[in-house]
Amino acid sequence: MSWITKNKTTVGAFVGVMIAAYLFYFISGVKATSMFAYAWAYAIPLVLAAMVGVIGERSGVVNIGIEGQMLVSAFGAFFAAAYSGSLLVGILVGMGCGLILGGFLAWTSVKWRMDQIIAGVVLNIVATGITSFYYKPGQQLPGLMPTWDVPILSKIPLLGPVFFSGVGVFATAAILATLAIHFALFYTRWGLRTRSVGEYPSAADTAGINVERLRLINVTLAGILAGMAGAYLSMDGSSSFERGMTAGRGFLALAIMIMGAWRPLRAGAAALLFGFISAIGNQLQADKIITVAPQLVGTLPYIMTLVVLAVAAGKVRAPGAVGQPFVKGDK
Amino acid sequence: MTEVTTPTYRGVPNEMLLDIQGLSKSFGKVQANRDITIQVRRGEIVALLGENGAGKSTLVNQIFGLIKPDTGTVTIKGDSTPIKDPRDAIARGIGMVHQHFQLVPVMTVAENMILGHESTRGGGILDLESARKMVRRLSEKHGLAVDPDVEIEDLPVGTQQRVEILKALSRDVDLLILDEPTAVLTPQETDELLGVMKDLANAGTSIVFITHKLREVLAVADRTYVLRHGAVVGQSDDLTNTTTTDLAEMMVGRSVELRVDKTPAQPAGVVLAVDDLHVKDDRNLMAVNGFSLTVRAGEIVGVAGVEGNGQRELVEALAGMRKVVSGSMMLEDLDLTKANPYETHHAGVGHVPEDREKHGLVGAYSIADNLVLNEFDQEPYAKNGVRQFDAVRANAEALRTEYDIRSASIAQSAGSLSGGNKQKVVVAREMSFKPKLLMAAQPTRGVDVGSIEFIHKQIVAARDGGAAVLLVSAELDEVLSLSDRLAVIHGGKIVAELDPKTADRTEIGRLMAGDH
Repeated sequence: MSWITKNKTTVGAFVGVMIAAYLFYFISGVKATSMFAYAWAYAIPLVLAAMVGVIGERSGVVNIGIEGQMLVSAFGAFFAAAYSGSLLVGILVGMGCGLILGGFLAWTSVKWRMDQIIAGVVLNIVATGITSFYYKPGQQLPGLMPTWDVPILSKIPLLGPVFFSGVGVFATAAILATLAIHFALFYTRWGLRTRSVGEYPSAADTAGINVERLRLINVTLAGILAGMAGAYLSMDGSSSFERGMTAGRGFLALAIMIMGAWRPLRAGAAALLFGFISAIGNQLQADKIITVAPQLVGTLPYIMTLVVLAVAAGKVRAPGAVGQPFVKGDK
Repeated sequence: MTEVTTPTYRGVPNEMLLDIQGLSKSFGKVQANRDITIQVRRGEIVALLGENGAGKSTLVNQIFGLIKPDTGTVTIKGDSTPIKDPRDAIARGIGMVHQHFQLVPVMTVAENMILGHESTRGGGILDLESARKMVRRLSEKHGLAVDPDVEIEDLPVGTQQRVEILKALSRDVDLLILDEPTAVLTPQETDELLGVMKDLANAGTSIVFITHKLREVLAVADRTYVLRHGAVVGQSDDLTNTTTTDLAEMMVGRSVELRVDKTPAQPAGVVLAVDDLHVKDDRNLMAVNGFSLTVRAGEIVGVAGVEGNGQRELVEALAGMRKVVSGSMMLEDLDLTKANPYETHHAGVGHVPEDREKHGLVGAYSIADNLVLNEFDQEPYAKNGVRQFDAVRANAEALRTEYDIRSASIAQSAGSLSGGNKQKVVVAREMSFKPKLLMAAQPTRGVDVGSIEFIHKQIVAARDGGAAVLLVSAELDEVLSLSDRLAVIHGGKIVAELDPKTADRTEIGRLMAGDH
């Protein structure tokens, strides 16, 4: 129970949100359920992508190439599934694409000490180019992604239908990844070392930790999550691939990471908030409460990003060594 | 050279713990270490002395496996296999406390202590409870109090260093390397550290420590090696009859004046009057908190204090680099409270900043350009908005000679100079325009003994030329020998004004530590 007293604000915020959500649910059950379901669907790729950012930056590497990783993975996953006729192959190829691009970013920015922002920009440009060039219209997925209901939990009002019924691979992955990374980051040897490498690499180096290797491994493996985020977009979110379909979600994920103060659980909550903002916009429009161009409503999450970054500036602190290549012997 | 008197440890002639033979290391064209031979026995405290760039840190970094020697052997307890990396060094009983603490600021003491050799409960899950116990046990054993659950960034530097030492000791060290361990400590903390070092040596740990402070060498070391230009140029195996002057001469290779020669001050009118100044630091806390001081023409006023007591913010505010919250600063009858650095300079304030790399120089620019950094747009260095390079060059050549800046040419980039010469560039620029007020913040930090002597003489010369000098330094020796008046700062305000001629070191130390 000491955990609760130590995390009063978090627990307080959680309880507050739950009360508000259920009040809303008792006023209008259908509307609440559909809005929360929309929010969660919107948040899934953002959660996965934000974890990529968290792992990278906690290791000291800025990853602005998440957008490109997602785009190539969405492309790879969709066409692999379409041509092979297997959804599983699609998912695996999507994860593989993310992994390879993660490796590219890790190698250029850690091994070659290239400017990390430029490495990420290169990745994004290449991703846009390749996926547009090889894009073939008229392809279809071999089927819909399988879903299942979690016994008992899916019977909970509101939470059940939103989180525990019609559950898919990607939703499961997003939840498990967030919990696992949070635990690993703060309670394991890997996490302690990763944080030290991202905060103060020379301290890690003198303690006998191989800074370059840990960064390489972390950034590369995190690519798998970016791959899943991308695969979700083309295989689950929309069942088709379109040019530029990531639409800046990779960058939204970074804003979410900042809003979550580089902590996985908070970042997960921040992603849900983004999803809910988007859901509110849609609902207001559906109810004809606001009548503006739908494109304008679609910009809500991006406006929110600006607000988040402006508010967060100076309040949350990035890992100390983010963006700085480590040169052995430099103190 | 005298025969080494073999120290004994519990009555037994001591085991050779570290034996370095013919070690050399080059970085490109620069030979950082050449043919170094050094031996350390169990239970000995050995000091490494030398000017900046003499190769001391390079040497110890090779003992700790951070860099690899080009030639030569490092033998530890009879084992001469090359040290692969720090992990290997630690495993072979070597611990090192680095000049810049190798602690992760946002982690707790316990987390830092176990980093790299974590205790786990299996499955890679950290066992922080046993880490806490280890911290408490070690801290009790060595009499170094620390709380395992505090984050490093919330600790004062003296305590951070305790953590560093405990971290090194947690791994069963036979040889402890300390790289300039007292640079950031108060006199009391320094004494405490020297005591800990003696206790460790008595218990059989050998200590190699690097320092610039000759007094400490004489206080604690059994033997000393002196390095110059990467080579061992002197050695003293019996320090009982050695004086600080002897050591300084060995370091520089010529006789050095450690005391500053100066005539009594002839103070004239008030040049700087600071009244009830309040300035915030980067964390938005009030760092300068009701600071008042006057400095008259022709006198040096020293501000002594432990770092982090508002000195940096004070100087930055006076130089126009930091916003003043309240209070006032007057230069003669000119109000500088809201002035920017440009206005401050042109009002006649010379500023030798604490961080010369960041605020004193543009490393990529030439020496000549750095010497006109605050005058480049003025006649004769510019006419009608066009730079006059002949004037810039002539100025640089003159100042290079006058201030003994050792460089290949005035076109060389300032960043490529040694620390002492960089500082001379800054001092030359800030003093050559005959400021009314000269502010010098840590003017000899990281500067070798020869350059220190020179810079001190220049500061006294500025005073004798009628300038008011405000000297801010964490080096008690420096403030005591240079100042005509001494003010002790603590918690952002002056807690005492003293006469440096009669002031007592321990008294000042107590005041600096906030005990008044």
